[in-house]
Amino acid sequence: MSSLAYTRTRRSVGEQAVKYSLFAAAAVSVLTTILIVLSLLRETIAFFGDVPLGDFLFGTKWTPLLGGDQQSFGVIPLLTGTLYLTAIGLIVAIPLGLLAAIYLSEYAPPRVRKTIKPVLELLAGVPTIVFGYFALTFFTPEVLRGVFGIEVNQFNALSAGIILGLLVLPTIASVAEDALASVPASLREGAFGLGASKLQVSLRVVFPAALSGVVAALILGASRAVGETVIILVAGGQVARLGLEPTVGYQSMAAFIAATSRGDIPTGSIKYETIFVVGMALFVMTLALNALSIRLVNRYRQVYE
Amino acid sequence: MKIKMLVPALIAALALSVAACGSDGSGSASSGGGGGGGGGGDLSGKIAIDGSSTVAPFTQAAAELFNEENPDVQITVGTSGTGGGFEKFCAGETDISDASRPIKDDEEVPVCEKNSVKYGEVQVANDGVAVVTNKALKVDCLTTDELKKVWNKGSKVKSLSEVKSSLPDTELSLYGPGTDSGTFDFFTDEINGEEGVTREDYEPSEDDNQLVTGVEGDDGGLGYFGFSYYEGAQDQLNLVGVDAGDGCVKPSNETIQDGSYKPLSRPLFMYPSEKAMARPEVKAFMEFVIANQADIAEASKIVSLTDEQATKAEAELQKAEQGAGA
Repeated sequence: MSSLAYTRTRRSVGEQAVKYSLFAAAAVSVLTTILIVLSLLRETIAFFGDVPLGDFLFGTKWTPLLGGDQQSFGVIPLLTGTLYLTAIGLIVAIPLGLLAAIYLSEYAPPRVRKTIKPVLELLAGVPTIVFGYFALTFFTPEVLRGVFGIEVNQFNALSAGIILGLLVLPTIASVAEDALASVPASLREGAFGLGASKLQVSLRVVFPAALSGVVAALILGASRAVGETVIILVAGGQVARLGLEPTVGYQSMAAFIAATSRGDIPTGSIKYETIFVVGMALFVMTLALNALSIRLVNRYRQVYE
Repeated sequence: MKIKMLVPALIAALALSVAACGSDGSGSASSGGGGGGGGGGDLSGKIAIDGSSTVAPFTQAAAELFNEENPDVQITVGTSGTGGGFEKFCAGETDISDASRPIKDDEEVPVCEKNSVKYGEVQVANDGVAVVTNKALKVDCLTTDELKKVWNKGSKVKSLSEVKSSLPDTELSLYGPGTDSGTFDFFTDEINGEEGVTREDYEPSEDDNQLVTGVEGDDGGLGYFGFSYYEGAQDQLNLVGVDAGDGCVKPSNETIQDGSYKPLSRPLFMYPSEKAMARPEVKAFMEFVIANQADIAEASKIVSLTDEQATKAEAELQKAEQGAGA
């Protein structure tokens, strides 16, 4: 007993050290989040000292960089622009991503899967600026105008949105594939034993069983799209516009932050504060999406064994 | 991004202009490394320059030429815009400020004075704002009033035919510089009558290359930006003349230099601080710029000074040097 107690003391010192260093590592990300919120908060509060909250939330004109009576701080055009571009992206990314995930998990031979999945994940690693110029200099003129003959502006929502979809496609496909692949093989075997076809097994057994993971994949993709900056900055235009016309450009919240901080805004001015206010709004939006994701994941979770 | 894309073009242009220099020999009195104290090659140090994105290509070209003789001098050229440049300059953060308009007496001069930043105002080149359209949008000339109808605050003009019935009715797609740009301040002031006043639904960008891309890409593309950016892309764009009441004038080196391209031509400046001018590398650089302004302007596709303007610039520089010595 006494020798055991001795080793426990020696060991416990090491254990404690490991425990605290692991805690510190975890704390860094939490601390960073808290600090980001605090840094946004100060300018946000200053902003709402000058602009009424109602004007910001419900105003339909966003022209914070202009002077005099032309200046207006209604965030609605930025918000709808962001959601509109995200929606176009998701219309592309969700079907393609899910089909790719089902193929990789259920249909593809192991060798094909081992090749395709890393390539897919490589696509997720392409810098977004490359996607942006791909949209601007190739997809808009060659594909949209050339192949489909659509009369789009040089900077337009359609091109930026579709390429945005290609950007989040690997995220959705990869995470959803992981979820599908982790469904126990016994479920598939049981269904096959009952005479189900491969399609029936994939869609009616495996897919519902993996639903919580699939939903997480979709929300992750949506969060990525909402926060994406560079593609929209390069190819989506910089006009904060209210509307749903896909052939013209729109500004998103993240693109506004990037475009505005690229110019030279005096520190402490109201223009400077708008960057932080929009950042805060974006943060709240992404937070809401993540909270939704957690709820949905819990709701659809199916536990086996 | 902007600077990086410029570099290959500049290197090519510089190679040409340097070759031209060599064959010139003693023909031109004011060019070549001998002008001013630029020829030593033993200078070192750092020169921080920031300001107008219209002047930046000129300054960048000057820095590259200067570095051929003085490789140990590090010159950084920022593009924060004229206003942003003066803000840093008057806070003492930069040595030289690039400007596409004179320093503002009411806003910027007091800041400089408060921080005891003294400076010289040296005109280094001329620039014009070019109004351009897509090749498919055939417009030869617009009056300042017509431009104002298109660009003024609250304008709902959708096509040029609404401004003048003989003009095309293609739906317009408008491009212009962002609100931090000196070109934006200049154009809105001259055309709309008040600086910063503009219609809101145009596509703004602080990156002039993006404006070129937009006008070139849209059938109804119409935009304005520095003449130097038009010269770099003249095959892809249609240049519009401007009529300020004395007939139509298209921007060109001559009409911008002599100011007859009204009202959209203007002088470009570099403001060296007197404190920086006391350093040999800054003094040598500024002397180099004035002595070689014609070659630098050619390399950077900007309009050079007339002889008269060059003489005045030399005088201004000497005044700043004396201030630095005192």
